[in-house]
Formats: sequence, C-alpha cells, structure tokens
Amino acid sequence: MIGIDSLRFQYPSSDFHLDIADFQVADGEKVAVIGPSGSGKTTMLNLIAGILIPDAGDVTVNGIAVNELSDAKRRDFRITNVGFVFQDFELIDYLSVLDNILHPYRISSALVLTGQVRARAIVLAEGLGLGGKLHRNVTQLSQGEKQRAAICRALLANPKVILADEATGNLDPRNKGHILDALFEGVQAHGTSLVAVTHDHELLPRFDRVIDFQSFRAGDET
Amino acid sequence: MISSAYIAWRYLVFNKARSATLVACVSLIAVLPFTLELLLNESERQLLSRAETTPLLVGAKGSALDLVMNSLYLDDQVPELVSTQVNDEVSESGLASPIPLYVRFQARGFPIVGTTLDYFDFRELKIREGRSLALLGECVLGSAAAESLGLNPGDRLLSSPETVFDLAGIYPLNMKVVGVLERSHSADDVAVFVDVKTAWVIEGLVHGHADLLKVRDSTLIMERTDQNVTATAKLTQYTEIDEQNIGSFHFHGEPEVYPLTAVIALPADAKSGTILRGRYVTDDKTTQIVEPTEVIDGLLQNIFRVKNIIDSVIFVVGLAAVLALVLVFALSLRLRQRELNTVFRLGCSRYTIMRLLGAEIAIILIVSAALVASVAGVVSYYDEQLVRVLFVN
Repeated sequence: MIGIDSLRFQYPSSDFHLDIADFQVADGEKVAVIGPSGSGKTTMLNLIAGILIPDAGDVTVNGIAVNELSDAKRRDFRITNVGFVFQDFELIDYLSVLDNILHPYRISSALVLTGQVRARAIVLAEGLGLGGKLHRNVTQLSQGEKQRAAICRALLANPKVILADEATGNLDPRNKGHILDALFEGVQAHGTSLVAVTHDHELLPRFDRVIDFQSFRAGDET
Repeated sequence: MISSAYIAWRYLVFNKARSATLVACVSLIAVLPFTLELLLNESERQLLSRAETTPLLVGAKGSALDLVMNSLYLDDQVPELVSTQVNDEVSESGLASPIPLYVRFQARGFPIVGTTLDYFDFRELKIREGRSLALLGECVLGSAAAESLGLNPGDRLLSSPETVFDLAGIYPLNMKVVGVLERSHSADDVAVFVDVKTAWVIEGLVHGHADLLKVRDSTLIMERTDQNVTATAKLTQYTEIDEQNIGSFHFHGEPEVYPLTAVIALPADAKSGTILRGRYVTDDKTTQIVEPTEVIDGLLQNIFRVKNIIDSVIFVVGLAAVLALVLVFALSLRLRQRELNTVFRLGCSRYTIMRLLGAEIAIILIVSAALVASVAGVVSYYDEQLVRVLFVN
C-alpha cells in the first residue's frame, strides 16, 4: 500500500513545487496518472521511490515511512520494494537479457542472487515470451521485447510497488496492449500496487483508478 | 565484488575496441621502462662478466672501447691492427701469457675469431660435437652460430668477402666445420673459431696454389728465372684446404709482422699485471694496454646516464598518457551518465557505482599487467640475444 500525506516538495533551484494533501493506493490496485508534461507526475513517482525527499509530509510504502529512512536504507528499500519501468526501458546495453533482469541483484547487497532467483528470472522471462532470447544482447531486441525485459527486471524481486513512467510511450499500439497485459499479469500475481504515468488515454479504462494530476493537485480526483 | 567484476568484464568485452586501446596504452606505458630495465641489467651483466674475466688487452693505440668491444664481444668495428710482434713481446716479458686475436672477417654474418687453442681453455669453452681445431682451414662453431647456420661437424662454411666490390682482394675460404661448442651464454656462442693462421689464409697472407715449378701451362707463367718464378693472374689460388693441397699453403713475408686485432694478456699475478701495464705507459709506443673492466665501467656509466634521461622522458610521457587516460575515463563516465542514473534509480549506491568503475580499471590494469608480464617474460627469455643485437653488436 502506498500513502502520501500532506506532502510538499520543491526543487532547490526552481519555482516548481508539488503539494499532495492525500493520496492512497491499495495493495494490488492499478492506478493511472495522467496530466500535462511538467505537472509533477514523475516527481511524485520519485518521491514514492525515495529518490526525492519531501520538504514536508510523509510518504509510506507498505507501512514504511520512506522519507524517514537514511540514504542507505532508502536505497535498500527501493531495490527491494519498488520496481521501475521506464519509457526508454533503461536497459544496460552491454548486458544480455538475462543479465539485465538479474541486474538489481548484482548492484545491491540488499538482494542476494541465488540459483532460485536465476530460475525465477528464466520462468518470468519465458512467461513474457523472452525464453529464446535470454542470452542475446538487449540491443538485438525489438522495442516491445526490451520493455518486456524491463518488466521482468521490475518484477523479479517481488516488489510491493511498481512505478511505470510512460512505460508504453515508445511502443506501437499492438505492443502497448501486450505490455500492459504483461504488467498487469505480474502485478496481479504478486498483489503489487501499480502507479503508471501515461499519456495513452485509450489504455485508461483498463486501470482501477485514473488520476488527472493537474486537477488532483488542485484537490480533485477522477 | 564478484558481481562488480562480472558487470565490469561484460562492459569491457562489449566495448572491445575502447578496452583494447586502454589496455594497449597502459601496457605500453609500463612495458617500456620495465623492458629497458631488464635489457640494461642483462647488458650490464653480459658486459661486466666478460670484462671481469679478461684481465688485460693489448692492442693498437686508438679507441680503447673499439678494442674491447671487438676483442670481448666480437663487434664488427675492427680496431687498428697490431702485429704478431706484440704477442711475442708479451710472451717474452715473462709477465703474462698471450692469446692472439684476429677478429676481422665474417662468415655469413657471424664473426670469425682467429686465435689459438689457449683461447678455448681461457674461456672454458667445451666441444659439444666433433673435435677442436687441428688443421689449417678448419673451424669450430659457437652453439648459436651452428644452430642459426644449421651446420654440423663435417659441413662446410664459406667466409664472406669484406666488401662485395673486393674483386682483387680477399678470396673466400671454404672452411671445414670440425666441431660445435657447448652453449656458453656469451659472445662466443655466435663466433666461428679458426686458428689464427686460417684467418691469415682468409686475408691472403697465407695461400696455396699449384706448384709453379711443376706447372707447364705457359699462360700461367709470366717469368721464369733460376731464382724465381712469377705467375700470371690466371693462376688460381686454392679456396679450400684439404689433405691434398694443404702442403702447398705457405707464408708470404715475415710472420712476425702478420696482423692481429688484439692480444689477451693473462698475467701470472697482480704484480706482473701492474708491471706489464707500466711498460705500455710511454708516449712512443704505438700500442696500448687496457683493463677491460675500466673501459666497460665507463661505457656503462654512459649507458646509465642515457637511461636516466630516457627514464625521465618515459616518466613525463607516461604521466601525460595517464592524464589522457583519466580524461578518456571521465569522458566515458559522461557518456554513461544515463546508465549510471538508471542503476542509481534502481537502488544502487554511489559506492557500488565506484566499485563497478574500480573493477573496470582493475581489469584493465590486470590485463595490462599480464600483457606486460608476458612481454617481460619474452624479453627476459631472449635478453641475451636482444642485448647482443641492441647493445653489444
């Protein structure tokens, strides 16, 4: 569960500030966030992930007050509790598909890479149609395959929250549907909360709830 | 740490050209001073060990370095010649035993050392195959020369003319290989040893041809008197000495003025050596006596002075190269900013990022070190030959 309460955040060298009075996402809930560019959608995702720290208010994920954690604990929290899916996939181009999926386990001591984890990664990848491409370099994948690999990476550690920032933004209409299917499947299987920033209004009906960020910041919720 | 090394390795393998360039740069910076040090140490060892076992050298006045380099390391720079009289003087002094040296000619690129059997005892050279020198026209090969020329006892080796234009001068001598020496790890390994008289045969001072008293072909005789027979240029000299013609070989002129390049003087004791040296400290002498260690010490001092300059240059160039590498690395970090942001957002600490980069640097250094070690190993293995090629010859 995600909870934001009386949050206020301002970038140090900018006039932009974000105020969120109250925002809750239940376990297993799929929330779409829409709104114009620059309205603070990505900033909110970064605040939930603990990448940014609010100036005031609280951000809790699964009962953990993220803003009260030390830097090191926030990093450990992020890698164990939050899965990221980015618009540009953000895969590591010099690694294979499997190595990319396992990457979080190799860059943090909070996750331990075992044979079981590796086996789970393979099952997850096979489930998303990447079974025959595990040892290929990610540069050899199509856009849709890249995003599926990114979803595998996000889901592997069974995170409490998936934060998707324009995850379908670089995909063709057919792939958009497939990627959303894959994302929803993973989320439903693990009871993970999903907050997805998107500009694709045609996908909105598939979410449990849609938040128009501009009006949301003003106090309304769609 | 293993994960960091794995990721770093994958990165370096993916960027092969960049990694190879970095490894090449680091290796080059390291290998230059390292191999130079190895070669100089070996050259010092070779030069000194040979010099230390040669007490005194007598030769013509002039460059002491040329004299020592030719006599000890068989350098092809021939010093001014002395006569066999010098050899006799040393012998007659009773202060030292002489070993004549005539190192002037070559056979297929290897120096021909005209000397006596005493040289073999003095240098403790042992015959590995065949036998030692016994007759005129025979030669014994150093191990490296035999290996390189592919010759064994019983084979023939032709001496090389001093110049290709020397049409009227020295005839090449077809020498018989009678023995091959054991490896001595010295300049003797690349030498072709002959008796000093055989060296004079090569020079033409001793030669053989058909007996003119018995020759009936009038085109070979220019003039015949009761006392003398003068042959025409048509008379062919023997260029090979065998059992049939060895008797026809004879000296022309006085043997005591036959040339030598140097005489090794082996004094009975230190006192005799000092007295002998004293006899050559006069201005009217056309000969000089030198202690090879003194000459080589001077040479080494010069070499190490040059080495210090080279070291400084390498240090400055190395520093510039290291700075360039740091710049390359810093620029590559900027290119990888997106990747670093991604791993940071996923939950990677700055320490882990530094560890990843550190692992990349460590792998480059390890691969470079392995490369440098391999090159150093090869240089170390062939240092004797390399030193001979680079410094001695």
